[in-house]
Amino acid sequence: MHDGQWPLWEVFIRSKQGLDHKHAGSLHAADAAMAIENARDVYTRRMEGVSIWVVESKYIHASNPDEASSLYDPANDKVYRHPTFYDLPDELKHM
Amino acid sequence: MGYPAHIEYALHLADNAMILGHRNSEWTGYGPILEQDIALSNIALDLIGQSRYLYQYAARLIGSDTTEDILAYGRDAWDFRNCLLVEQDNGDWGKTILRQFLFSAWQFYFYGQLLHSQDRELAAIAEKSLKEVTYHLRWSSEWVIRLGDGTEESHARMERALDQLWKFTGELFVPAGYERALSVAGIAVDLTPLGPMWRGRVEEVFAEAQLSLPDAAWMQRGGKEGRHTEHLGYLLAEMQFLQKTYPGCEW
Repeated sequence: MHDGQWPLWEVFIRSKQGLDHKHAGSLHAADAAMAIENARDVYTRRMEGVSIWVVESKYIHASNPDEASSLYDPANDKVYRHPTFYDLPDELKHM
Repeated sequence: MGYPAHIEYALHLADNAMILGHRNSEWTGYGPILEQDIALSNIALDLIGQSRYLYQYAARLIGSDTTEDILAYGRDAWDFRNCLLVEQDNGDWGKTILRQFLFSAWQFYFYGQLLHSQDRELAAIAEKSLKEVTYHLRWSSEWVIRLGDGTEESHARMERALDQLWKFTGELFVPAGYERALSVAGIAVDLTPLGPMWRGRVEEVFAEAQLSLPDAAWMQRGGKEGRHTEHLGYLLAEMQFLQKTYPGCEW
C-alpha cells in the first residue's frame, strides 16, 4: 500500500503507570505532527499510553553488533560493580 | 413510519453516526497507507459506538421488543433520519476526508450544545462522544490542510470534493419538525446559533488549506425527514443484507 516516500519514525510510549517512554514500534508519516497522530491511532488504541514521543528513525544511531564482544563482555567479571556487598539492616525494605 | 418526536430525534442522531461509521468502515483494508487505514477504521468504530448508545436509547423509548439491531438492520431507507452529507459515497480519499471534516465540525459544536439538554441520557451520550469527535475534528482538519495546501493534484481533488459535498451542508442547520418540537422543551439542540460557529471553524481551516468557501446558494435537504439520495439505498442493501436474508441470525 505504501510507496516508500514517507520517512520512517520510531515511536515511544509512556504508560499511565510508567515513568519512562518505552519503544513501541515504528510507522510511516509525512512529518512529526502526522507521526504523533498515527502513533496515537496505531499504538494507543488499547489504552497503552498517556504520552507519545516520536523521532525520525534516521536520527537514531546504534551500536555495532559486531563489536558486542569488546563493548559488553568486559563487564562480565566485574561483580564488584554491583552494590551487593553491603550488610543491610532488616528494617530496610525495598532495596 | 412515524414515531413521536423524541424517538425520531434519537434515531436521527443514531443514523447520522451509524451511516458515516459504515461509510468509513468501507475503507478498512483499502486505506492509502496502513496507518491511515487504522486511523479511519478507529473513527468508524467511534461513530458506530455512538450510534449504539443512541439506538439502545431509542429502543428503550419505543419499548416492546425493539432492539438496537432491529433499528439498525430492520428499517428501510425512508425510515432513516440521517442527514444527506453522511450517506454520500466515499469517492477518493480527499472526498472522504472532506466529508468527515464538514461533519465532525458540525458534530463538535452540536454535542457541545447537547451537553446542556434537559434529557440527561442524551447529555451523557454527548459528553462521552464529544471527546471522540474532538479528535476526529483535529485529525480531519490536519488532512484538509495537508491536501488543500498540498500538490496541484491534491488541491484540485479537494476543490472537486467541495463542489460535490457543499450542497449537503445546509441541511445541518435547518431543523426538522421533530427538532423544532423538542428544542422548545430544551431537549433538542437549537441549530440556529450552530451555523456561524461551524462556518467560522470551516473558514479557519479552509484559509490554511488554501480553499475558499463556495458561494453556492442552493442546498439540498430532506434526509432528516427520510428523503434520501440514491446512495443510501446501496449502502443499506449491503449493510442489512445478512439480517434481511436471515432475520435474527446470530453468530
